[in-house]
Amino acid sequence: MADKDYLSEIRNFCIIAHIDHGKSTLADRILEQTETVARRDMEEQLLDNMELERERGITIKARAVRLNYKAQDGNTYAFNLIDTPGHVDFNYEVSRSLNACEGAILIVDASQGIEAQTLANTYLAIEQDLEVVPVINKIDLPSARPDEVKNEIEDVIGIPADDAPLISAKMGINIEAVMEQIVKAVPPPKGDPDAPLKALIFDSYYDSYKGVIVYVRIKEGTLRTGDKIRMMATGAEFQVVELGYMGATTLNSTGELKAGEVGYIAASIKSIGDTKVGDTVTTADNPAAEPLEGYRNVNPMVFSGIYPADGAKYGDLRDALERLQLNDASLAFEPETSIALGFGFRCGFLGLLHMDIIQERLEREYNLDLVTTAPSVVYKIEKMDGETVFIDNPTNYPDPAEIMQAYEPMVKVNVFSPSDYVGNIMELCQERRGIFKDMKYLDETRVDLHYEMPLNEIVYDFFDALKSRTKGYASYDYEMLGFYPSKLVKLDIMLNGDVVDALSFIVHTDKAYPRARKIAEKLKDHIPRQLFEVPIQAAIGGKIIARETVKAMRKDVLAKCYGGDITRKKKLLEKQKEGKKRMRQLGTVEVPQEAFMAVLKLDE
Amino acid sequence: MTGLYIHVPFCLSKCPYCDFYSVGYDASLAEQYAAAVIRNLKHYNEAYDTVYFGGGTPVLLSDRIPEIMQNVRLQDNAEVTVEANPCVTDEKRLYELLSAGVNRISFGVQSLDADELKFLGRRHNAEQAKTAIELAYKAGFKNISADLMLGLPRQNTKTVKKSIAELSQLPINHISAYLLKVEENTPFGQMNIAVPEDEVMDEIYLFACEELEKNGFTQYEISNFAKSGAECKHNLKYWRCEEYVGIGAAAHSYYKGKRFCVDRNIHDFIFSDIQNTVVTDEAPGDFDEFAMLKLRLAEGLSFAQCERFGTDKNTILTRLERIPEKYYRLDEKGVSLTKEGFLLSNAVIGKILGY
Repeated sequence: MADKDYLSEIRNFCIIAHIDHGKSTLADRILEQTETVARRDMEEQLLDNMELERERGITIKARAVRLNYKAQDGNTYAFNLIDTPGHVDFNYEVSRSLNACEGAILIVDASQGIEAQTLANTYLAIEQDLEVVPVINKIDLPSARPDEVKNEIEDVIGIPADDAPLISAKMGINIEAVMEQIVKAVPPPKGDPDAPLKALIFDSYYDSYKGVIVYVRIKEGTLRTGDKIRMMATGAEFQVVELGYMGATTLNSTGELKAGEVGYIAASIKSIGDTKVGDTVTTADNPAAEPLEGYRNVNPMVFSGIYPADGAKYGDLRDALERLQLNDASLAFEPETSIALGFGFRCGFLGLLHMDIIQERLEREYNLDLVTTAPSVVYKIEKMDGETVFIDNPTNYPDPAEIMQAYEPMVKVNVFSPSDYVGNIMELCQERRGIFKDMKYLDETRVDLHYEMPLNEIVYDFFDALKSRTKGYASYDYEMLGFYPSKLVKLDIMLNGDVVDALSFIVHTDKAYPRARKIAEKLKDHIPRQLFEVPIQAAIGGKIIARETVKAMRKDVLAKCYGGDITRKKKLLEKQKEGKKRMRQLGTVEVPQEAFMAVLKLDE
Repeated sequence: MTGLYIHVPFCLSKCPYCDFYSVGYDASLAEQYAAAVIRNLKHYNEAYDTVYFGGGTPVLLSDRIPEIMQNVRLQDNAEVTVEANPCVTDEKRLYELLSAGVNRISFGVQSLDADELKFLGRRHNAEQAKTAIELAYKAGFKNISADLMLGLPRQNTKTVKKSIAELSQLPINHISAYLLKVEENTPFGQMNIAVPEDEVMDEIYLFACEELEKNGFTQYEISNFAKSGAECKHNLKYWRCEEYVGIGAAAHSYYKGKRFCVDRNIHDFIFSDIQNTVVTDEAPGDFDEFAMLKLRLAEGLSFAQCERFGTDKNTILTRLERIPEKYYRLDEKGVSLTKEGFLLSNAVIGKILGY
């Protein structure tokens, strides 16, 4: 019979923090103090091991690690630290990671206080019945105000913060108090190692030798090497080749994982699509009757066309997307052809940050030069013939005559900001068709504003606009509310009379005119003079609603012969040739790639 | 056949728009410079069909030019040009040049408008310019060229018309009309001189082209106009991708298949036995370069020449479709730019090259 006492020596927890509040640094200190990693092997911020993560200071995908801590009570505890993504785009992944834990350390910066993201993730943790253990970090800073921040935690989140350890992860101050708090406050896991297997998938990644490595939290039962497993949502079955727990730098095979434990499974799984986050792993021979609750198929929310700047790199782009998808099942893409941009892909992302990250990884890790089209959300269209279609590409928007009713996705937006900027924020949200819901003062100087807004209004540049109007102090997050009826039109942009499909987008009727004007102006600023005059027109259907003109070039000549210095002229010619590579030939007009990017940033 | 360019980097004063290499005139420096030129002439040892003394103000070296020319091997009917500044060109210097075998003189007139000359920082006035040209003609120069500067601030078609009309009355058979370009490392560049808007430049250039044609000067290159047969053979070498040896500080060469230049340092040139050169182009003369240069000429680019580089006529014709017709002339033999096309030559040539 299994010895269920082992459960009392396990603590499964995660860390919740706003960007830059010190999550990765605290994780590093814990690893160090439990001697999971020898100090000399310490690489700063070990858990965030992607280059991009380190630079942005955010965790893109969850990582997990087991560490042993010898507590003051004399027992040695197995700590499973599960690192969670910190951004709203990965809300669902966060909720699954939280579900693998019994407790969460809430890190709050002693000078900055609570931020929107922290709050959103803390609420998620509370919803999952996690024990939240507050920790006040960065107390070494002169601007630290730990008592006020404690009050804020109690007032805003409603959890006691009196015992919250005051620490400095950076300086290594009081880290042990955090560990003791974990032992005391976080409850041990529950579960019956003899029950049919129920293991929660909370992360996975592709390893070129072992196939997909699945990170699981065993909720019930026991899993052993050689067992035949079944993914309850996808139905896929595999034979377990190896399983065990995650060390800081290696996977440690144990042959067995029991209820309450966190570990990994390797089962020669080829596709990450078979291991969906939130799915339940059970054994094929003795399956669980019901899967664990909370599984959801995640759908991309934001779409954008991604094209190689150099058409010859199409194959490279496809390979890069496939490689990224190996580790990111939430990235969707399919081939797309644009008259203006040639061959590329329509890509679907969980949200804006996800989109940014993918684009940046493609450019940085795969060395690709990209042209991306304006991000679009998914619109729901009820057609006259009774059919309902979902449109993620403006090019496919039906003819207005065929549309019975159009719907657009709405989101609930929370903005956290110093109260000085409330006016600016309200103005911005108003401009973006936001519906004011309520406003709460967190203390005398900080507010929490709630709006309902169309997702379409925040996908372009909402965060940039918010930051510029609040001197960078405001933070925000959003969650989906669903599809709401809306009045939408498709706006086409024409250059020299030809529609540029890559510049078309769907917009609310009320915003069509100002946006058309702005886009036309932006294009005028970014399209260089050509050998002929280039009219820029914005049109709805056949109706022109905005017009600008790029005047014809009047003079472009190197007059002198410089005493036979031909090299100088040749260099100019080569520069010209180089410059043309960054140009897109749209019909008769040459458009620099920057122009595509510029129309995405209309608020500048 | 090979041309010879000799750079003479001496000036009495520096004009604020000029970024050619020059230093203040000094007799002993000039003597050493001439000696260095002669050493180099012996080194290259070619027979030349064109010689061009450019500057700077080469006429300042007139007392040394006969000795230099004694060391130049010339082919029959060679063209020998010296650039001159109206205010230092007296009879003595003219006879020195003639005795050296110089048969073409190019005056940096720039303008015959008093305000414009003052703005350009020239040491001469309109009268002096006219006098110098008359003097050269009387002394025996049959090939006389004048430089004209276009696109000066506050310049308009009236002042240009006046300069051209007055120049045409003089015994000259060649005019180089350059659009002012403000170079960064010149006083004009430092002062951030505001040149006229492109629209005004455009008008002045096209107007000047027409006026020059009316007065019998046919355009044969973007900035060069000549009476029949008086085209500058030396400058034509540049545009026809032919070879030339450049001697002197800051001189450029295209010689034995390579382009190279000499450092902009007079002392380095004087004290080196043979001038130190830096290769600027290991493999010049590809199609793009050839076409770029040829299209600067009114004669243009012939399809036969394109074929030699492996670019067929149809490729060129397809590229021409992207260019408005007013910018080029097309016949069975080839393509050339109109004066409107010259004004946009960087862009138009880029398109013809398929950029």
